[in-house]
Amino acid sequence: MPKRPQPRFPEPNSQPFWEGVREGELRYPTCDACSEVVFYPRLHCPFCGSRELSWKVSRGEGSVYTYSVVRQNRMPGFIELGAYSVAYIDLDEGFRMLSSVVGVDDPTRDIHIGQRVKVEFEPQEEGDYPIPVFRPI
Amino acid sequence: MAQERSAAIVGIHEYPLRVAPGVSAMDIKIDSIRAALDDAGLSWGDIDAVYDAGDGEAGGGLQLSAYLGLRPRVIDTTQVGGSSFEFQAAHAWRDIAAGRCRVAILSYGSTSASNRVAIGTGSMRAMGGAGNWQSNMELPYGSTLIANYALVKQRHMHEYGTTTEQLAGISVATRRHAMRNPDAVRAMTDLEFVGVNEITAQDVLESRIVADPLHLLECCMISDGGGALVIASPEVARDARKPPVWIIGSGEATKYRENGGDITTSAGAQSGPAAFGQAGVSPDEIDIAMIYDSFTITVAVCLEDLGFCAKGEVGEFAAGDRLAFDRPGLALNTDGGGLSSNHPGMRGIFLLLESVRQLRGESHSQVPGARLAVAHGNGGSLGGTHTGGTVILAKD
Ligand SMILES: [Zn+2]
Repeated sequence: MPKRPQPRFPEPNSQPFWEGVREGELRYPTCDACSEVVFYPRLHCPFCGSRELSWKVSRGEGSVYTYSVVRQNRMPGFIELGAYSVAYIDLDEGFRMLSSVVGVDDPTRDIHIGQRVKVEFEPQEEGDYPIPVFRPI
Repeated sequence: MAQERSAAIVGIHEYPLRVAPGVSAMDIKIDSIRAALDDAGLSWGDIDAVYDAGDGEAGGGLQLSAYLGLRPRVIDTTQVGGSSFEFQAAHAWRDIAAGRCRVAILSYGSTSASNRVAIGTGSMRAMGGAGNWQSNMELPYGSTLIANYALVKQRHMHEYGTTTEQLAGISVATRRHAMRNPDAVRAMTDLEFVGVNEITAQDVLESRIVADPLHLLECCMISDGGGALVIASPEVARDARKPPVWIIGSGEATKYRENGGDITTSAGAQSGPAAFGQAGVSPDEIDIAMIYDSFTITVAVCLEDLGFCAKGEVGEFAAGDRLAFDRPGLALNTDGGGLSSNHPGMRGIFLLLESVRQLRGESHSQVPGARLAVAHGNGGSLGGTHTGGTVILAKD
């Protein structure tokens, strides 16, 4: 696996998400005022404007909302990867995240919309944040 | 409904070259402004409003005004991606109607081809710089701009049974128009297209996949280029060299990834009805649809969202060569589009330019008696954060 680009800090919106990933948890914030799920994570609730949010831990299971298989990417790290998937995953707790479906023989054939998947944390280089990706259940 | 005729496009210019080594974006803008003023029969000193998306130099309307040597009464630096020019045209209309200015210029210049900018296949954001709330959640996955649009096409095919063969009709009709436009033919030649000729749906299906399910012939080119247009008050328009093309409706909107949201509906579903409502016309009255064709799927989704067909039915609507200028009904992207004429990065200005050419009777793929056109820009990423800007145009 090539080295994936790392999230960059300081970045207060996404920092708790990535600290969760380091601990093997897929975390997401919800709004204390209106109970909506806030994702991508932000320091306010986009539904009501509240700044009072609480972080919860997802079970990490969801389904593929849509996907693509990238055949050409000039970015270092991805050039040599060959065909790889990007996908929007709808987590069961009600949030949608961009990720990749891994662990299939041929991503052009073996991924489909509605497929059930579960998160795993792909190790990166020493000291780097692992990257959450999804594998078919 | 009575249409408000308070501002018109009176001068246009499209920079003819798509590969222009040694020329700067500012050169393209200045050449285009001069030519558009000449087209209108106006002069440098008549300009009293500057609209700029910051494409020539950082700083937008501030730096452009200084470089031009003007003291405009209105400066607008709206930058919302490829649809910036639809937004700016709407703002110029509003500002002229309010009496804030009389002669507005919009301009664009880019050297994306000569600078080898990998718009579609580079990473979605530059590698350098600080992280933000979106990039930190997306960059690790290596999604390209093309892949982002491919996500929309995949879901559209899944939900509605849309096929690549159907959407290929968009590429087929657009290429037919391009082959009639000498600047587009030269563009495809200079950019070393494999075949500078008309294409079939089969050609599209057989072209390589860049990001599933988008094939190469469904993707726009990357070129140099630019242009300019002059928007003026009715008093100025009366004395212009060419017949005025009136702005009669506009809408602007944004959309972004939402939990549980429908990715097959774009910001055009908000901007389109707003523009048609203001103009007091319906989609079935439109002769010319200039829709931002970054990819076939962009056109497909926007045609639905603007109301040319129902959601999910664009496959049948666009199949074959139904959207070609010489077929009955709506004519699409009659200049050859971003697919086959030019795409320097922000194509929105060309949607307005070709609309004007059609309503003046100056297009290379002229629709006889064309009276109403819609220019719809989509900026940003269709499968993520994007804008929709719709402008309805009418001849006298
Ligand atoms: Zn809330």
